[in-house]
Amino acid sequence: MPVKVARAEPEFVPGVRHPLERWLRTDRLPHIWCSGCGLGTALSAFLYALDELGWDPDSIAVVSGIGCTGRVAGYLKLDTYHTTHGRPIPFATGLKLAKPDLHVIVFSGDGDLFAIGGNHFIHAARRNMDITVICVNNLNYGMTGGQLGPTTPVGALTTTSPFGNFEHPFNLVHLAASAGATYVARWTTLDGRRLQKAFVEALSHKGFTFVEILSPCPTNYGRRNRMGEALDELKYYREHMVIRHGADPKDADILPGKPFLVGKFVDLEKPTYLELYQTKAREIGGG
Amino acid sequence: MSELQERAAKLWKVPKGYIYVLEEFCKGCGFCVEFCPKKVLAQASHFNDKGYHPPEVVDPEACVLCGFCERICPDFAIWVEEEGKGDVS
Repeated sequence: MPVKVARAEPEFVPGVRHPLERWLRTDRLPHIWCSGCGLGTALSAFLYALDELGWDPDSIAVVSGIGCTGRVAGYLKLDTYHTTHGRPIPFATGLKLAKPDLHVIVFSGDGDLFAIGGNHFIHAARRNMDITVICVNNLNYGMTGGQLGPTTPVGALTTTSPFGNFEHPFNLVHLAASAGATYVARWTTLDGRRLQKAFVEALSHKGFTFVEILSPCPTNYGRRNRMGEALDELKYYREHMVIRHGADPKDADILPGKPFLVGKFVDLEKPTYLELYQTKAREIGGG
Repeated sequence: MSELQERAAKLWKVPKGYIYVLEEFCKGCGFCVEFCPKKVLAQASHFNDKGYHPPEVVDPEACVLCGFCERICPDFAIWVEEEGKGDVS
């Protein structure tokens, strides 16, 4: 409830635009995401990164899968693909190989990328496909009603684990690093400018790059785990996140009520799939 | 687009520039109010069309135009502009 009252009277100005509106399909806004969902923040950080990079919009393609995060493709005024469930990475791989000059970005959720499309993720990382994968991790299947997902922490309550989750979840940072990703970072939706910097680094990095964003899910995950409103979830992040660059990805587990690591975990150079393919093709005389 | 032309944002003058709030886009999450480092904003007592309380500027003098409200807003409903320079973020 308001404590203070506005002293200055506002002016009404018609026809003004948000600075990011040149990247957005404004006829589709306001978006469908719940009040307090971190997806809008993650999307705006991504758009600020595109602003900073200054790339031609025609040279960018965004691919997303199914789920709340999958809706990103529908809101961007870029070449976007809203693909079948779990398959944004195969689509992105095809796109990158057919048009190597294109900047290909996969923007999807944890369920889409790691449960339904888990196999595609590890193999794209293994081959070092030159794409950027952005995963918004809300720790459950948000769109379908808050079921247990591959990233749900041990002990967390969901619709399909009403007595608490007993399964071992994925540590996405460790998974990406061990599968061969050349850039791995994790941030929360609270880190506006750090997130923008991570996106700029990941997008301009050669090879398979991965950015995980921890996002509140107030409607499903937060409510069932009695974390309160989205605001309380962000306060929880503020109190529990520990920024440690270059930490061992093994230590980046997320446990309820325990501190978790964020930062840049991996940053290395490795020949990409396309480079290796071209080298091989030249070697055997076909290139 | 005609809808865009009709859309009116609220504008507050702060020492270094302006704060815009587009009330119809706001979903009342309260992020901008809570995470403003200078406590410039508060939730208004009135409702928008969707039934949420949009933010309003209660302490314009304190604003240093860091633009964090614009960064944290998930709904593209609040943004800042530096005097004479356009968008700062």
